[in-house]
Amino acid sequence: MTTDYRTIAREGLWTNNGVLSMMLGLCPAMAMTNSATNGLGMGLATAAVMTASAMLVSIFRNHFSQEVRIPVFVLIIATTVTIVDMCMNAWMHELYKVLGLFIPLIVVNCLPFARIEMFASKQSALPSLADGFFMGVGFTLALTAIGAVREISGSGTLFSDASLLLGPAFKFLEMRVLPEDTGILMMILPPGAFLVTGLMLVVKRMIDERSNKAVPAIAAHCAP
Amino acid sequence: MSSQRTLIHGLILGAFCLGFGMLLVLTNNFTKNDIALRAVEDRQNSLKQVIPDSIHDNNLATDTLTLKTDQGNEVVAYVSTKEGKVTGVAFETSGSGYSGAIKVMLGVDPEGKILGARVLSHKETPGLGDKIEVKKGDWILRFTGLSIGNPPLDKWKVKKDGGQFDQFAGATITPRAVVKAIREGLQFFDANKTKLMEFKAGKTQTVDAETGKAPK
Repeated sequence: MTTDYRTIAREGLWTNNGVLSMMLGLCPAMAMTNSATNGLGMGLATAAVMTASAMLVSIFRNHFSQEVRIPVFVLIIATTVTIVDMCMNAWMHELYKVLGLFIPLIVVNCLPFARIEMFASKQSALPSLADGFFMGVGFTLALTAIGAVREISGSGTLFSDASLLLGPAFKFLEMRVLPEDTGILMMILPPGAFLVTGLMLVVKRMIDERSNKAVPAIAAHCAP
Repeated sequence: MSSQRTLIHGLILGAFCLGFGMLLVLTNNFTKNDIALRAVEDRQNSLKQVIPDSIHDNNLATDTLTLKTDQGNEVVAYVSTKEGKVTGVAFETSGSGYSGAIKVMLGVDPEGKILGARVLSHKETPGLGDKIEVKKGDWILRFTGLSIGNPPLDKWKVKKDGGQFDQFAGATITPRAVVKAIREGLQFFDANKTKLMEFKAGKTQTVDAETGKAPK
């Protein structure tokens, strides 16, 4: 039983990162990252869902039997996603207009589901909440990084429309890195997503290898 | 014995569904008023761009005239009035672009001149077709002030088709669709002009549309 929050944080953010190590949730990771802002927004919404659903599953983990656990997980994730969807529509409408279409897709993201099955269904509420949160933040970082690389190379900007997502105070994040019309259009189209995600995986492996803490390629390290 | 166990599992699952269903009902009750408000605000924002504030003193989002066409479509016209007189009409029209429908909000004054046109939603290629957005270029602004007759009907095409409107480098289908959508919108307005002009402010009405193709 790991209840060491440091380990949980390191796993979620780096060693067992949802996108870059476990390679889960690749569909939103590629579809939503044509700009850093979109990646950030999608990541934050997913992180909120993961934190809430991990905690809920953990609270109820002794009340459902093994046989019906999968439908209960799906039920809990779907409920949290719907609640996030409705709350965002009501109170964060600008963000909702950017991300609204993609929020329901969190239900079919493998990452929350995998973490619930591996972690939250076996641990008590607080560590589960931490796991959901850090896994979500790790997912957000990966998506923002992919989005940033694609946005710089594709449209020459970084964090464009960030003020729509985070509020006018974050206007300073919006910048133009390359002059107008110099971007490679392909990078913000689907092929760019595959290229950049692949490159990110390479970079992460290289860093891991250099620090001699190489993780086996596919074998996602499962928490006990 | 085993059927009893099955029953228990069923009951557990049922109880969870009931509990989380109730949670959803609660959230829905809490948020539905705000969600409805946001939808009205959205509509007002897009109407504001095609009908200038200075020409109306009514609430555009609620003063609507629904035109029913014989194909069974309904077109909702937002009518702007000032001191009881109709000063403009805004309605949605759409064309089929390179990848799916392009929705355009069109504002027209009583003479049939365009007050403003804005693309509400589209799925065109970023970098090529998205110059129809007002955020990415001033192309859509060039329609303001035009009407059927200025330019003449056969010039309501992109240049490639012998008309007067610019296409974009690498994207002809998108501007062609927008030009067609706006042209059809104007024709729809001309066909239904009498009915639209008879509008009385302050109530929501429904009438049958005249013949002529309705913007979908």
